Amino acid sequence: MLEQALSGVKIIDLTWHISGPYCTKLLADYGADVIKVERPGKGDPARTMGPFFKDDPHPEKSGLFLHLNTNKKGITLNLKTATGRKILKELVKDADILVESFRPHVMPDLGLDYETLKKVNPGLVMVSISSFGQTGPYREFKAAEIVEYAVGGEMYSTGIAGREPLKLGGNVVQYQAGTIASVATMGALFAAEGQGNGQHVDVSIMETQAGSADRRIIYLMGYIFAGVITTRWPPPREAVRMLIMPQGVYPCKDGFVNTLSLPQWWPRYIEALGMPELKDDPKFQNLFSAEAGMEFDAIWYSWLADHDKHELFDIFLKSKIASAPVNNPEDLLGNVQLKAREYFVEIDHARTGKVTYPGAPFKLTESPWKIRCPAPLLGQHNEEIYCKQLGYPKEDLVKLREGGII
Amino acid sequence: MSRLPLEGVRIVAMPVVFAGPFATMLLADLGAEVILVESIHHFPTITRGYMPRPPQFMVPTTGATFGGMGGIQTYVDHWAGDKPWERFAMFHALGRNKLSCCIDLTRPQGIEIFRRLIKVSDVFFESNAADTMEKLNLTYDALKEVNPAIICLSMPGLGCSGPHKYCSVFGAQLQALAGHTWLTRYPDLDYTTTQSLIFHSDAAAGATAAFAILCALRYRKRTGKGQFIDLAQLETVVPHLGEAIMDYTMNGRIPEPLGNRHHAMAPHGVYRCRGEDKWAVIAVSSDEEWQGFCRALGNPTWSKEERFSTVLKRLQNQDELDKLIEEWTCHHDHYEVMHVLQKEGVAAGPVLDNRDAFHDAQLNSRGFFEAVSHREAGTHLYPGMLWKMNGTPISIRKPPPCLGEHNNYVFKSVLGMSDNEICELEKEQLIGGDEYVCESPF
Repeated sequence: MLEQALSGVKIIDLTWHISGPYCTKLLADYGADVIKVERPGKGDPARTMGPFFKDDPHPEKSGLFLHLNTNKKGITLNLKTATGRKILKELVKDADILVESFRPHVMPDLGLDYETLKKVNPGLVMVSISSFGQTGPYREFKAAEIVEYAVGGEMYSTGIAGREPLKLGGNVVQYQAGTIASVATMGALFAAEGQGNGQHVDVSIMETQAGSADRRIIYLMGYIFAGVITTRWPPPREAVRMLIMPQGVYPCKDGFVNTLSLPQWWPRYIEALGMPELKDDPKFQNLFSAEAGMEFDAIWYSWLADHDKHELFDIFLKSKIASAPVNNPEDLLGNVQLKAREYFVEIDHARTGKVTYPGAPFKLTESPWKIRCPAPLLGQHNEEIYCKQLGYPKEDLVKLREGGII
Repeated sequence: MSRLPLEGVRIVAMPVVFAGPFATMLLADLGAEVILVESIHHFPTITRGYMPRPPQFMVPTTGATFGGMGGIQTYVDHWAGDKPWERFAMFHALGRNKLSCCIDLTRPQGIEIFRRLIKVSDVFFESNAADTMEKLNLTYDALKEVNPAIICLSMPGLGCSGPHKYCSVFGAQLQALAGHTWLTRYPDLDYTTTQSLIFHSDAAAGATAAFAILCALRYRKRTGKGQFIDLAQLETVVPHLGEAIMDYTMNGRIPEPLGNRHHAMAPHGVYRCRGEDKWAVIAVSSDEEWQGFCRALGNPTWSKEERFSTVLKRLQNQDELDKLIEEWTCHHDHYEVMHVLQKEGVAAGPVLDNRDAFHDAQLNSRGFFEAVSHREAGTHLYPGMLWKMNGTPISIRKPPPCLGEHNNYVFKSVLGMSDNEICELEKEQLIGGDEYVCESPF
């Protein structure tokens, strides 16, 4: 029965770390059948990256790996052996999509470049995700989250003036590349299903940043339109104030809130603060006055100090002022909106038991996001894929294992 | 010549600010016919500018602009011109490959015309606040009456259900709610001082929304069924912070922000280079790379010291290590640092400002920038495709549309209106036009 959006789409997943696995996770969570191919013995390096369940650094207990590989079946295969490559080609024959995230020389060196795989399966969509792209002078360069953000994204203007540029927290650059890659993959799938032709898609993480990182693409236009070189701003309280109302992060009773103002929102602030008298206060008649802003700050800070972040959220919600608490993961898990939408999901896994994971990034009313199985144990589906799908007898499985192939 | 992947798919779009315009740009890049439905009576929030005709003090000549919004208010040549909305950098950054027509949706006849457009379209995409479509009676339930196979996507910050459905948020607030603000700061400063103006949520939500449309389109291709997509921008950001969430759910740990450092790599950070405000980043992920790093620097004596001999020791002695590294980097150009280190197999790169990017060897060798001529803005290099496809090559086929530029195409060719009908409706200002007649919202 066809019930998910991508049911019936067959994907061979050679990716590791973050970008590639997030791309194939999106596809798998919406119904695609993804076979994740890992190196025998070691598997995806994400298995060695934390956080680990109960801080036990076991390859089946990496929270990063568990999060990124839901709904995938896992097999092991050594692509450095001729038999391994032969088996991969058998898998490719029956697949719609192959996704890989090695450095650009790897697949050609293995004799598994697009031109070769195309001969095996002319309708195949092959997606290559790499740090800098399959071509160009940096193609073989090494990268890391911070490097991608520096060269491709907007690190230069992240942070404050007088200090060094600042990386965004976490690994969002790699997740973003994975998300973009899922769009590219779907585009190629449409072309393949519509026209019967496969193709090679080349995703450069650097370009996914240059073309999508918040502000980066706008600042690129800004430079080419008017020569504006955008740099880091002075810290907020030293910046040139151009509005009465607050803008940015402020301390409150039990933490911090981030508040945004548009000039037309002054009446909303008066309402939120419960200070109707400010409307006629001669000090606050010019909304674009920096001095008035300083005057207002005095009122604002002391009012904030009397309220906790949840109270403030409710007050601003009522007055239609864009404001939000600076949440940590604990706050997020307790967030009433996410609870009401049943966002977080509990997933049962053989080595960790039930753990709470982030859920659907969007709700499709007819063809929903669904957890069919947790992330695979290393080689968990070898027998199912090699024997049931490819028809190898069980004895061969033993030989393949002894030969270090699976 | 192959057809583009989404050729033949018509998307009616009312996207505002960044996330929605970005999502529809990705779909337009893939060949979908994206028709922006705009209105000369309504100026959308931070999409074609902050106001239709900004006073000169809001057309700044530097990145420093009003209200702490950073350099997103740039106009071509710092001049707003007769039609400022055609010269606003942010709209240009996200507008390529789309069409624009104008319909007044505040009047019933306008709504009727819009419904005719929905009838012949595949997707309705909007990124307004949750109550906007309700007020206009253009919800999925209303539109599927017109076209049962229509796919509708709404992407309010916090989603289309729940107690905070009507909460109005922008990137800064989503960032704060999701926990990304919590993770992004200088470890020695608090949140009020580290005010980053970069909000990952827009990029995440936009890319995820494009993927959502593609999922629904494929489902429809197989089943003929349309559907409603409820996308909360917040819920697209949270998975991008997966490991921080999992550390909390598995271990009850609340992560502390690391700034430019990494919990398992050292050296890992940003280092001052030769020149004014020039920086390079370096990330050493193994002992093998550390050896390469030392070779690249010419094996200085400090690099052989016991305190830097293992990753654990380097993590412990990072402050001293970083100082020593900066003594080396500050004599080198930021690109030099990359080349010298990459030659020895170490991940490193320059921190590129927006001018540097246009001169970067990698982006240029791959033809990332494309020259585009626009009627009102002139000819410039635009940032181009986010990926390459060898079978169905994608590119900037059309410049960002002027307001109402495709009125004639939409009303005549798509809706089949007669010249007379168009003329009558234009007279009433129900459709058409290419200039805002509304006042500034301030």
